Amino acid sequence: MAHNAGALDRRDTAWYVDKAVEWLVFIGGISAIIFIVGIFVFIGKEGFGFILGRFDFAEFFFSPRWTPTSLTNATYGALALIVGTASVTGFAMLVSVPFSLGAAIYIAEFATGKRRETLKVLIEMLAAIPSVVWGFIGLSLMNPLIISVFNVPLGLNVLNAGIILGLMAAPIMTTIAEDALKAVPDGYREAAEALGATRWQVIRQVVLPAAKNGLVAAVLLGVGRGFGETMAVLMATGHSINIPSSIFDPVRALTATIATELGETAEGSEHYQALFALGILLFAVTFVINLTADLFVRGIKDK
Amino acid sequence: MASTESSRAAIETQKLNLWYGTFQALFDVDLEIKPGIITSMIGPSGCGKSTFLRSVNRINERLGYVRTTGSIRVHGRDVYAPEVEIIQVRKQVGMVFQRPNPLPLSVRDNILFGARLHGEPAPKLSSSQADEIVETALQKVLLWDKVKDRLNQPAIGLSLEEQQKLCIARLLPVKPQVLLMDEPCSALDPAGTEAVEEMIWELRGDYTILIVTHNMAQARRASEECIFMLLGKVIEHSPTDELFVTPGDTRTADYIEGRYG
Repeated sequence: MAHNAGALDRRDTAWYVDKAVEWLVFIGGISAIIFIVGIFVFIGKEGFGFILGRFDFAEFFFSPRWTPTSLTNATYGALALIVGTASVTGFAMLVSVPFSLGAAIYIAEFATGKRRETLKVLIEMLAAIPSVVWGFIGLSLMNPLIISVFNVPLGLNVLNAGIILGLMAAPIMTTIAEDALKAVPDGYREAAEALGATRWQVIRQVVLPAAKNGLVAAVLLGVGRGFGETMAVLMATGHSINIPSSIFDPVRALTATIATELGETAEGSEHYQALFALGILLFAVTFVINLTADLFVRGIKDK
Repeated sequence: MASTESSRAAIETQKLNLWYGTFQALFDVDLEIKPGIITSMIGPSGCGKSTFLRSVNRINERLGYVRTTGSIRVHGRDVYAPEVEIIQVRKQVGMVFQRPNPLPLSVRDNILFGARLHGEPAPKLSSSQADEIVETALQKVLLWDKVKDRLNQPAIGLSLEEQQKLCIARLLPVKPQVLLMDEPCSALDPAGTEAVEEMIWELRGDYTILIVTHNMAQARRASEECIFMLLGKVIEHSPTDELFVTPGDTRTADYIEGRYG
């Protein structure tokens, strides 16, 4: 009775709100792409000058001599920096993978109720600790500890940074690994238990293989985290250009090099551009790692 | 309790009470299930029939908040006795679930899963032994001819009917005495239901089969004895023909005539 004829094309406030929100959300979504492309263009623009000009492939990848400030003979060998980052990240994974997978298995398969929730919150809190605090722990706690325990002259080295970075990467690895384990249908566990499998047999023979892709993704994201970490690595590695022969040798990381040197170079100079070339390398590596992790995660869903 | 009685019954319960937290799901269930036949359990949703089934192999305990009193004897031995190892119980009492739940492994590895867990003297099966186990088990559930060329493919790729048969087949190498089936055909289409029912009927004699169903027609055609449960209590337990033709209790009569449930 109150419904007038002819009102079928009426657009009320809700219609305009709906359209406005649609646009806002679209802009939000598209901005991620714009930012990624923007960053890529920016780093590329600054770094490609070096790559096209002064860049010497053999020197960059195979020489450990990074002496950009030398007035007479500046060299840009990134090998020591690449090895530095790789060794710290590699050692960090040795620390982090067993811990994280263990924690994820415990949380997902054994812990129940309050204990489970508490652990999850604690692990998320661990992820919220700023990296400079981790660096501080490396510098003032781990450093003297390593010196006295291993009787070495210097405690800022691969071991120190590896442990710190391992602890830093653990929360994200644990969280993602736990998600992967939780995504395994409970019917699998029930089926295996009904066949008389023990808890460990269920985990080892059914749950872990089923969650394999997610676990690989978790580890890869941890590696990506390690590669890109700057501050803690800068503080704990000793920051000295060196190809390490043991875990007690100090190293220098790619990220830390950019962070410490960029402010002291003239914009557009060779050195400045070389640092951006390091940035391109880092960007490329982390991009590939994250992409691979993403493909692994998608692999789970396709099954 | 007379020992002659306990040796005759495949599953015998006395004063079985079960609580989920504070909710009591079973009340003083006394049952004696004869060996080597198919016994069906019917009753409306929530009457405790699945709960009863799931307490026989103690899979209920996965939930963590289940409390049980009374006893369940499987071939004379109390499965709730404190010294009992739950693994051994589950070895003797196999279970088939409502939804086919093959493990995320190949057809072959699904069959061998239980055999590998319990392969006692030599845990490593030779491949010819394994082949034999796989073929015997699949023959038994009338699946061999259909899947013999797909043994190494993921079990998830089979049809639901084939998956459910596989889930029954994988119990056999463990050599259980009792098979519990929790609405094994509820996820299947009519043709699949018929095929699986026929297959279960073939297993009669070799195993004691206890099958929960909400499908009265299925209980009627595919079981020799039938138990009617209501609100956590056993109302009637008699030969299937008798229960459906001349029910002894008015509540049974009302249920099978479709007045509730």
